[in-house]
Amino acid sequence: MNNQIDIQIKVPNQTRYLSLIGNIGEDLASHLQEYEGDREALAYHLNLVLTEAMVNAIRHANANDPQEEVVIRITISDKELVMLVFDHGQGFDIGSIAEPACPDTELIEEHGRGLFIMRSLMDSVEYRKVDGGNVLKMRKKL
Amino acid sequence: MNLKLEENNGNTLVQVREERLDANNAELLKQELSRLFEEGKKRIVVDLKDVRFIDSSGLGALVSGFKNASSRQGVLKLSGLQSQVKSMFELTRLHRVFDIYANADEALESF
Repeated sequence: MNNQIDIQIKVPNQTRYLSLIGNIGEDLASHLQEYEGDREALAYHLNLVLTEAMVNAIRHANANDPQEEVVIRITISDKELVMLVFDHGQGFDIGSIAEPACPDTELIEEHGRGLFIMRSLMDSVEYRKVDGGNVLKMRKKL
Repeated sequence: MNLKLEENNGNTLVQVREERLDANNAELLKQELSRLFEEGKKRIVVDLKDVRFIDSSGLGALVSGFKNASSRQGVLKLSGLQSQVKSMFELTRLHRVFDIYANADEALESF
């Protein structure tokens, strides 16, 4: 039986669309038939990492330009979930964002938790240049 | 953003009446907390019982309020965290920073 799901959605580069994308991620968790972990937690985590990835694209890559757009692609197979968030901006150097190896040292900072959250909840997070922009790729084994 | 403010024996209760506290509305909460401290409020409880979802920007707004309070010899406490929201505080270790109470009444009584 083919359980492959492939979704692509394009939204304006505006934070008002965060809930739309986050909720799609959350709903997807209920369709992962083979997933044996905590489905409720996974639903929340997918909502969260998609929200964080969108905010990165909107603020850092596309520099808050409301005329820009963000493209999200989500692919689910039996064993893996892959989420791609494309921006058309200058991008940012993921290596330059300090890994809060020990969050205690960063406790009182106001910013800088987005990437930490994505890395904590996903199996891998990469950011690289593609034609016309950049893509943030998050993978999670199911 | 839907915020409800209540004064209670010199304490201020800020109820966040939103399902999501994220990058789309966190800045408004940050500004409101900043305004309250500038007005001279010293003891603030932010009640999150209606908030089902919080992202790093929402956490950042609360950290901003906490720092604002500390720099003015004030106090900011939190109440009513739903389980997934609480788990985000634990993931980011922020549960060690904030005084967190089960509900707004307990938080207000603690002053």
